[in-house]
Amino acid sequence: MMWNMVLRRIGVGIVLLWVVSVLIFALTQILPGDAAQIRLGQQATPESLAALRKDLGLDKPWYIQYVTWIGNLITGDLGISNAGGATISSLIGNRIGNTVFMTAIVTLIAVPLSVVLGLLAAMYPGRLLDRIITSGTLGLIAVPDFFVAIFLILFLAVQLGLVPAVSYLSGTESFWKSIYVLALPIGTLVIVVSAQMIRMTRAGILNVMSSPYIEMAILKGVPRKRIILRHALFNAIGPIVNVIALNLAYLVSGVVVIETIFAYPGLAKLMVDGVQTRDIPLVQACGMIFCSTYVVLILIADIASIMSNPRLRHPK
Amino acid sequence: MTDTSNEPANVLEVHDLMIEARPHGAPPIPIVKGVSFDVKPGQVVALIGESGSGKTTISLAALGYTKPGLHFSGGEVLLQGEDMELVSDERKRQLRGENVAYLAQSAAATFNPALKIGEQVTESAVLHGAMTQEAATQRAEELYRALELPDPDRIGGRYPHQVSGGQLQRLMAAMALVSRPSLLVLDEPTTALDVTTQIEVLKAFKKVIQEEGSAAIYVTHDLAVVAQIADHIVVLYGGKVMEQGSAEQIVTNPQHSYTKRLMAAVRPSPVAGLGDSMAGDHLRDVPALEVRDVTAGYGKGADGKPLITVLRDVNVTIERGHVVGIIGESGCGKSTLARVMAGLLPASEGEVLLDGHALPPSVKERKREDLQLVQFVFQMADTALNPKQRIGDIIGRPLQFYHNVHGRELREEVRRILDLVELPAVFADRFPAELSGGQKQRVNLARALAARPEVLLCDEVTSALDTIVGANVIELLKNLRDKTGVSFVFISHDLSTVASFADEVVVLYAGRVVEKGPVDQVLSPPFHPYTRLLIASVPELRVGWLEETMQTREALAGIARGVTLTDVGCPFFDRCPVAIEGTCDKLTPPTREDQSGHGHYIECHREVVELGGAGATAPA
Amino acid sequence: MSEQDTIVAEDAGRDVYDELPDAPPKSRLRLSWVGKVSAAVVALWIFLALFGPWIAPYHEAFFIEEDAAGNYFDDPSFMLPDASVSAYLGTDYLGRDVLSRIIWGARTTIGISFAATLLAYFVGITLGIAAAVAGRLTDAVLSRIVDAILAFPNIMLGLIIIAAFGSSIPLLIGLAGLVYAASVFRIARALGQDIMVQDFVEAARARGEGLWWIITREILPNAAMPLATDFGLRLVFVILFISSLSFLGLGVQPPISDWGSMVRENMQGLGNGLSGGALASITPAIAIATLTIAINLIVDDISAHAGGSLAKKMV
Ligand code: SF4
Repeated sequence: MMWNMVLRRIGVGIVLLWVVSVLIFALTQILPGDAAQIRLGQQATPESLAALRKDLGLDKPWYIQYVTWIGNLITGDLGISNAGGATISSLIGNRIGNTVFMTAIVTLIAVPLSVVLGLLAAMYPGRLLDRIITSGTLGLIAVPDFFVAIFLILFLAVQLGLVPAVSYLSGTESFWKSIYVLALPIGTLVIVVSAQMIRMTRAGILNVMSSPYIEMAILKGVPRKRIILRHALFNAIGPIVNVIALNLAYLVSGVVVIETIFAYPGLAKLMVDGVQTRDIPLVQACGMIFCSTYVVLILIADIASIMSNPRLRHPK
Repeated sequence: MTDTSNEPANVLEVHDLMIEARPHGAPPIPIVKGVSFDVKPGQVVALIGESGSGKTTISLAALGYTKPGLHFSGGEVLLQGEDMELVSDERKRQLRGENVAYLAQSAAATFNPALKIGEQVTESAVLHGAMTQEAATQRAEELYRALELPDPDRIGGRYPHQVSGGQLQRLMAAMALVSRPSLLVLDEPTTALDVTTQIEVLKAFKKVIQEEGSAAIYVTHDLAVVAQIADHIVVLYGGKVMEQGSAEQIVTNPQHSYTKRLMAAVRPSPVAGLGDSMAGDHLRDVPALEVRDVTAGYGKGADGKPLITVLRDVNVTIERGHVVGIIGESGCGKSTLARVMAGLLPASEGEVLLDGHALPPSVKERKREDLQLVQFVFQMADTALNPKQRIGDIIGRPLQFYHNVHGRELREEVRRILDLVELPAVFADRFPAELSGGQKQRVNLARALAARPEVLLCDEVTSALDTIVGANVIELLKNLRDKTGVSFVFISHDLSTVASFADEVVVLYAGRVVEKGPVDQVLSPPFHPYTRLLIASVPELRVGWLEETMQTREALAGIARGVTLTDVGCPFFDRCPVAIEGTCDKLTPPTREDQSGHGHYIECHREVVELGGAGATAPA
Repeated sequence: MSEQDTIVAEDAGRDVYDELPDAPPKSRLRLSWVGKVSAAVVALWIFLALFGPWIAPYHEAFFIEEDAAGNYFDDPSFMLPDASVSAYLGTDYLGRDVLSRIIWGARTTIGISFAATLLAYFVGITLGIAAAVAGRLTDAVLSRIVDAILAFPNIMLGLIIIAAFGSSIPLLIGLAGLVYAASVFRIARALGQDIMVQDFVEAARARGEGLWWIITREILPNAAMPLATDFGLRLVFVILFISSLSFLGLGVQPPISDWGSMVRENMQGLGNGLSGGALASITPAIAIATLTIAINLIVDDISAHAGGSLAKKMV
């Protein structure tokens, strides 16, 4: 029963990935002027255009092109950038590590921080700590990511000079040096992502706390700590894992803004630059990477909530 | 009473208890207004009252607990001398579970779905250091045995959703009893159960309370249940004590006018000759509504049959101006039957006839005139009335829709209908949220009447109401029947209500009609074995009934194991005491008519005489 | 057991005992003081969005510094709040009055976001309710399309579409409208489905009422309040979305002023610190924050009043 649902959900995820790839691929088909035209410019002779089209496979019907494109994508051949003619895989290869490094560190800090703060707020609802946490996070979720970023830059980097405002990595720094350089973007992302996670963790636990079995536990004289940790948290684990996965998906969006602000040489910055120069193949490749990560994270969230349901885990 | 030194101290003393609600930014609202009573060791005290009487709030006060939003505002609650309003949180935690334990109405909601039953049952005793885990587990298993739970050695290792509702209710009793508390608080512990299950649970509770010798507070709205289990009864109304005294005295000789009213509203036990049945004067013309060979269910299988079949080969006839009661326990398909009649759930086989002509199965295909003639009254008036519409609009809509009545005339007509259901005309301008439960149910009825129907389908219209309010609604229905001459299909799980109101009764079990006929015939022998069990399970309002019944009961039925829907054989086979192995579980039972000639049918493999028919004795 | 004395309360002798009320009556919606302050802030911004051009000291594209010195391009002091001109919040990197641009920007930012949210609501509610009441097939088709849209992180969809079509105000409205119509669809569909299974809708169906009556008289009135509250939250998301795109340089294009683009254009000034040109970048960011936080606080106030049930549905 449970495994059926999980398998079904994975099936749906695969279909979604496919739909995403079709939509992203469709971009090249909708736009006036194909890749060859864009690459060679308006002055190109019809012969050279035809030659390049043949070279790029653009003379084939669209579904063949799609299959070729997706095949290349999977094997890591992402095509050639319109601007400059470098291979996209080389462009991305340089950047993707940076993005993964930063998001990994953000995740490692934000997840435990959020769960702990969310738990603390839920343990003492209405008390001072809870009020500070809820109003603080309410404010933070309502402001744009760049709002947090520019204030951190202004106060921590410019006014106090504690950390650098621009996050340029040469690739030779030590781990701690990298962290220092990345302090601001990491800090910003942690704040932005945690605000949501804290609120949702708190809401998840409070939701469980209002159920009759918690009231029963209180009436049995179970101490508050045990009620939260054994009775409530056990039932809230599913929702919390769900929240975490969902918010890591938001991280995908946050990264775009943050990398741009701090001029951090990551994948998202590359993509934004691509959008500005209308470098479609590059945007497609980056878009595919971000969107598939997103779909996979959402998938994990769904599977987590299925697996955490005791009715499904222990069938009759 | 003279020598007080010999008398053991009271387990619980409640003096002038006051509790109030403190809504945000509004003056406090008193909920409990000075209640006093005592619980002696070993005594079972019942708190009885309707919703809003404060009975649950008072019972929780014994644990020093108030629901969120409620606060103690006066008086004292002394649990073995300690004031539960004042003790420290730490001490309160110790007392809860160790000295006083709580049993809630819905066990399904009070068990944590993520933890094993055993852990939850023993948790309190182990946490308070009263026992080691092993001792507690052993004690729990003893209790499982005492409560007649199946598989006592292993049931603790299961999760709550893996056992039945009746079992959970008993497991909750075990949870409360593990640490041998001196006071048990039971809050409507059998209300959510079917009658045949309720009596098992009741019996189990009574037995363990006696064996353990603990005192108890039993909260309920059901006097008949109270009479079985309580020594002392406290009658509450509006947060005040109306009357208290021994169970014997309250039941046989109530003093206060409120108690008398409460007693009067309790429906008598179902026996033949109760109602003003018109079954005798059979009008042999075309029935108002007829259901023929209907099979129905939910979902759609490949072969056009439903995935889950709820009704099988059901035949019901509603004579003009008659009341047909449809009775059965939850899950038997009685609401589904009404939905099939109304066309809300199209039957997959069989047909519904109105005035002799077949109706299309689905409401979408039925003609407006046909729809007008069959009206549905929903169980929960709370959800059946659109909260955003005024009462006048709710009642006026059928008039507009079916009869094209508008303007002044419409307002006049709405006023007349409000009057018919005994509501003041000013209600037309109110919204449903401004009405009480009983008033809403009247509006619900009024809306159906406004269509000027021939058949009214009433689905459990009194079961969500308090005793007195419900009794009033039944009175209203009787008046309406006499005044308007409509036929009623009256669906209920409560045999007493059906017995006092219906002309004919149809007994449903697991989607099949197991017995039907005029009410007096159905309520007297011969019985279908299930009907017999049903009748025997309705508690009578007298002290000592439970003990008497339990002695004869073993012969009546096995312990309820939940209803099984079967494709072959008799659905009651699992529980039937007179089942014929090899026949009943293989072949669909035949329909037999008894010799009375009144049209009394029983679906059973046993001959009518074997079932207590003419000249026969009760089956061995 | 000892003999128990019977105690009878004073009996009024009446035989009518009114049915006791189910619950204390609900109080009317009242905003807390936080809610009231927030409402005032939102009202102020709406006022500026409507009448800003007549109130602002300068036109959004007017170079005030040009007249004063003539060579505004390489004079760093133009980043300062200059005493020689009446610029309360200083001038931006091109020497335009920041205050005026914020006031003009209110019109762009709020206007685009509001239009996009309206569009999202119109499309989302229509289709969401349709999916809730129509047959399985319609529901399945619509839901799958929405799933596909939601399979893209919002900002990604924005980037990809802007990469393809370039950025313009109508495109931004359409884009944000589409992206958020998907989430409105989900909410409207869920609400519609919840209401569809209520007994009062069953009662209407049993009466033979048509679909139009059921939608307009039974479903919509009951969905109105939750949807209205959600509109506030959705508006906040759209404002953040549009501002983020503008901030990335992919939204509203110069010289039209818009809060998101203003933050970006003047980022350089951040390096000069608070006493330098940071104000030009910080103030539009604060403008966004006051608006979105205020809307959020109002929604929070209302849903707290409704027992938090709305808030739960909308997480
Ligand atoms: S058919 Fe058999 S099992 Fe069913 S009720 Fe009759 S005797 Fe019992």
